[in-house]
Amino acid sequence: MRLHLEPGGVTGRFDLSAVSRRELNQALHDASAGESFEVVNPRGAHAVACGITADIDVVVRGSVGYYCAGMHQRGRVLVEGNASTGLAENIMSGEVRITGNATMSAGATGCGGLVVVGGNAGARCGISMKGVDIVVGGDVGHMSAFMAQAGNLVVCGDAAADLGDSIYEAQIFVRGDVESLGADCIEKEMRPAHTETLSRLLAAASPAGDGVDASEFRRYGSARRLYNFTIDDVDAAARQARERSEGERDAREAAR
Amino acid sequence: MTAPSPDGFEPAEASHPDFWHLRESYTFDRNVIAEIRRAANTGIYRIRGWGAKRRLPTLDDLVFLGASMSRYPLEGYREACGTDVVIGEHRAERPVHLKIPVTVAGMSFGSLSAQAKEALGRGASAAGTSTTTGDGGMTDEERQHSATLVYQYLPSRYGMNPDHLRVADAIEVVVGQGAKPGGGGMLLGQKITERVAEMRTLPEGIDQRSACRHPDWTGPDDLEIKIGELREITDWQVPIYVKVGAARPYYDTALAVKAGADAVVVDGMQGGTAATQDVFIEHVGIPTLAAIGESVRALRELGVHRREVKLIVAGGIRSGADVAKALALGADAASIGTAALIAIGDNDPAYEAEYQALGTSAGYWEDFQAGNDPAGITTQDPDLSARLDPVLAGRRLENYLQVLTIETQILARANGKSHVLNLEPEDLAALTVEAAAMAKVPLAGTAWIPGAD
Repeated sequence: MRLHLEPGGVTGRFDLSAVSRRELNQALHDASAGESFEVVNPRGAHAVACGITADIDVVVRGSVGYYCAGMHQRGRVLVEGNASTGLAENIMSGEVRITGNATMSAGATGCGGLVVVGGNAGARCGISMKGVDIVVGGDVGHMSAFMAQAGNLVVCGDAAADLGDSIYEAQIFVRGDVESLGADCIEKEMRPAHTETLSRLLAAASPAGDGVDASEFRRYGSARRLYNFTIDDVDAAARQARERSEGERDAREAAR
Repeated sequence: MTAPSPDGFEPAEASHPDFWHLRESYTFDRNVIAEIRRAANTGIYRIRGWGAKRRLPTLDDLVFLGASMSRYPLEGYREACGTDVVIGEHRAERPVHLKIPVTVAGMSFGSLSAQAKEALGRGASAAGTSTTTGDGGMTDEERQHSATLVYQYLPSRYGMNPDHLRVADAIEVVVGQGAKPGGGGMLLGQKITERVAEMRTLPEGIDQRSACRHPDWTGPDDLEIKIGELREITDWQVPIYVKVGAARPYYDTALAVKAGADAVVVDGMQGGTAATQDVFIEHVGIPTLAAIGESVRALRELGVHRREVKLIVAGGIRSGADVAKALALGADAASIGTAALIAIGDNDPAYEAEYQALGTSAGYWEDFQAGNDPAGITTQDPDLSARLDPVLAGRRLENYLQVLTIETQILARANGKSHVLNLEPEDLAALTVEAAAMAKVPLAGTAWIPGAD
């Protein structure tokens, strides 16, 4: 496990059994680049370390509730434990890693940066993702990458039903089994550029991607059949048919 | 002599005795026939802008009683009648201060041209009120031209940027809107230009169908946690509104309060949209008139009415009379969308020839999704958008907002009120049994409120 904190390098330590979430988050928002923080006893608190804008390191020792590192913009957050709904939702850049499992909507709507889930991720992992890279060491739940617009979702384990439903230009890489693909999501060829991207993401996710090779993955993306409405025009067809029959009649009369 | 025109206009000739034998079906009128034919030709449901067009019970079905023996009026031009509204003063470091009880509702850059957004910002700022972003994020121009800007937080999260969240004066979590409670937005390919596509991270030219449900929360318990996150990210600086389409206003309002909202925005079915399914616009949600009283009842029962939680009512607000009646029923402010667009030039008769070339007419134009708005408002076409002068259009909106405010004051003073928020249901009577039941004010000339104990 790559730790972001050197022993003794901690500039702030917050015990959430003693101080409020408000104090913690305000301190993180006021922090300057290069500072390091340790959070203990998170006890499932929501919105821990959300809205970070400075290039800082935060280690949370324990499990967190909803929206941990929500709207993360810079720096690195590491959670030693599990995370509930909306881990790193709408992340813009920087890194958010957890060693354990994440429940629903991990990395939802993320626009950039890297989210690493060491264990499994629940339903709708990467929903509406807009450019973030998400690497999951284990499995992902149903409807992952639902309406995913851009970015990469890497699943080292299996994917549950309806993977990539209504997906746009995001890419999904799955090493294990896919229970089923959602509407408009299809398997696509793994070309060298994709293998390169995948290898880079697996390396960045270490140790989550350790011992896993890019060649073991399949790639999925959009068939782009839902991008535009299908609109019929029977009137035009009827007009053409009429013109055709009139043309034939004229030709017959001319021949006579 | 010509036959009755099939284009939906009532021709003068139809009243000629030669045509008295013609009887149009009430069930299958020409409008219905045209829609069946359109559906049969294209195989796709009707998509359009605007709000519900059908006849509905409205605030017009209420009247003010005015002053009489038991209460005296205030002098129109001499005695003060306050119009200011404060939102979020109990929780936010920087509450929203509005000079007038009318706000401009959420409309996106993308659905509207940059010029139209600028005009809305200029007009609202000059009148001392707020504008609202829409489904597609905040543009720099928009922030620049709006003194008070409400940032919408929507299911699609298109263009959602925490930097924008922090420079907003308030955040509006959109659960739904009156035109389509339960539906997501639409932006068709013609309007997904390069800039719009980039802001929304979408391929250019696609027919965008936005998410209808937030990606990382469902239900009021989650929303409470989400609002907590938004407050943490913005360091509790700005108020947080929750916007709902008028569906179950009593419960929706109560749950929004429980979730921690500083203001609840309730949008009735007359509320407009840039584009959605016609069947949604006309058949989902309840009229604004029916929603206000139910929201107010929830706020009163929770002890937060006119205190911790403010109520903003939207959907078909057109005049100072509508604003004053909404306030009298218990709203803290009213919000305008369609009316604001009309004020800046939507459906301008000056473009009649061009509307006709598009198969419509000024006053009927509703194809906001088409991207070819002659008035340059609901378009991304650079030539059409250039037709709208944002400074002059802004001045029109400022004038209109001023008229709404003064009309509201006229009615407040007539009822003896020194602040528009002192208007109360006791100042109203209903003209129809429906309106009496919906608004919970007595039918005029009686003490009867249908459904009351």
